[in-house]
Amino acid sequence: MLNVLKKSEHCVKLCAALEKSENYQKFIKYRDKVLALGNDSLEKTIAIAVSLCLVCAVLVSFGAVALKPLQAYNKALDMKQNILDVAGLLEDGKDIDAAFAEKIEAKIVNLETGEYVDGINAEEYDQRKAAKDPAQSVVIPKEKDIAHIRVKAKLAKVFLVKEGNAIKSIILPVNGYGLWSTLYGFLSIDPDGQTVQSINFYDQAETPGLGGEVVNPKWRALWKGKKIYAETDQPSFDKGTIEEADIGEPALALIKGVVDNDKPGSQYQVDGLAGATLTSTGVTNLVRYWTSKEGFARYLSKVRTVKGAKS
Amino acid sequence: MSAVLGNETKSAILNDETKKVLVEPLVNNNPITLQVLGICSALAVTSQMSTSLIMALALTLVTAFSSAAISAIRNHIPSSIRIIVQMTIIASLVIVVDQILKAVAYDVSKQLSVFVGLIITNCIVMGRAEGYAMKNPPLESFIDGIGNGAGYSLILIIVAFFRETLGSGKLLGYEVFKLTKDGGWYEPNGLMLLPPSAFFIIGIIIWVVRQWKPEQIEKVDYKIMSIAHGEGGHH
Repeated sequence: MLNVLKKSEHCVKLCAALEKSENYQKFIKYRDKVLALGNDSLEKTIAIAVSLCLVCAVLVSFGAVALKPLQAYNKALDMKQNILDVAGLLEDGKDIDAAFAEKIEAKIVNLETGEYVDGINAEEYDQRKAAKDPAQSVVIPKEKDIAHIRVKAKLAKVFLVKEGNAIKSIILPVNGYGLWSTLYGFLSIDPDGQTVQSINFYDQAETPGLGGEVVNPKWRALWKGKKIYAETDQPSFDKGTIEEADIGEPALALIKGVVDNDKPGSQYQVDGLAGATLTSTGVTNLVRYWTSKEGFARYLSKVRTVKGAKS
Repeated sequence: MSAVLGNETKSAILNDETKKVLVEPLVNNNPITLQVLGICSALAVTSQMSTSLIMALALTLVTAFSSAAISAIRNHIPSSIRIIVQMTIIASLVIVVDQILKAVAYDVSKQLSVFVGLIITNCIVMGRAEGYAMKNPPLESFIDGIGNGAGYSLILIIVAFFRETLGSGKLLGYEVFKLTKDGGWYEPNGLMLLPPSAFFIIGIIIWVVRQWKPEQIEKVDYKIMSIAHGEGGHH
């Protein structure tokens, strides 16, 4: 390694200066002294431990820093892939970047008003980062924090799947605490603002085989067609207006066992994950939190009224 | 340090001893089938060939480089902290491997998830560091690491071959048997996708190897004595 460095002239000068410097000489002297000590002397034990830690720390940090850009690119690509997946647009062998750019539009939503926010570059906005920045986030009052996330960004980044001018689905970012980890994922909803298309989680560390089954395609398929809000809840929407009382609370939940599709109310129920009660509760809570007035309820109510006014 | 390495390199040019170190762990002293080490990851990652190959490669590299590094400083490791010193070197290498995987093979690293990190606790890596690298020069230790990694890889590949073909009718993701659900003839064996199936396959491999090389059969520690007859007649 040193030989390679020495080839450049600048380094030769540096090395020469280093070898002459008094501290370097002291270091060499000390190194020789320590290496000559008995292996079990206290001084050598400490010196070896410290220098080993230094070398390993440099190695690890060099690796982490040098590879960061590539990892970030992979992560962004993975995110796009997940968004395409939840939108049902993922096809084998198709270029993800191109498919994403063609069909999906990112939009920023103000959670408090439910309105779109213009003037912010939606592509570059990072909701997860914003949630950690006190200037861009709000602390959730404890009694309302059913998803146990403590803070949320004021502005949320949603994705609209478009075909021509028509919106085909609305993809909402959701997160919440399960058993071991905060689950991050996307919930994709029909343009009626009410019917679930799909859900997936791109970042979670639940027990593999139990809570980790949240990523299982078979279980995720059970969400299709489920309703978020109780259907009698919003009479004003039909008239094209929004009344506070009609925004409604989400009714969707995971239940224990298998949903009986013949029973009334089954459209608001999804099978719980077997052997993972706490993860199931966590998923219920996070879906309910993000579809409540704390989350996207106001935004979704606007989508629903627009539709009501048209029909 | 380069002077030390130079001298030892000369003495370790592929002679019979080095060859033995490289080839022995494949069958005669296989870390999985004879030493029965590193079983945990052999169960966890072998449901697919692609993850097995990456895991095998990662473990081989970590074993080789950690053995070489530990061996290079073996004369200066205080015995009171030697296990921690070994662990630190192994852990650093594993983190670097994990970072590289995340950068170049993101999907595989997601599938392997914790198991790359768990190479740190893999018994083979520690076993070679403590059992070989602490007593032998760096180049031999490096080759010993490659050899043991290859022995581990061999078993992983055999297990993954059976689990992926029988469990999902594929090999490296390509179709081998057409499944009944796709209109073919093969009904996949669900057990093969679950970790316990690796136990059966490794068990069968151990049985076959010991039939072929009877010297690997362990001596019985004790014999079950039959109860003496003739005195038990009072009931």
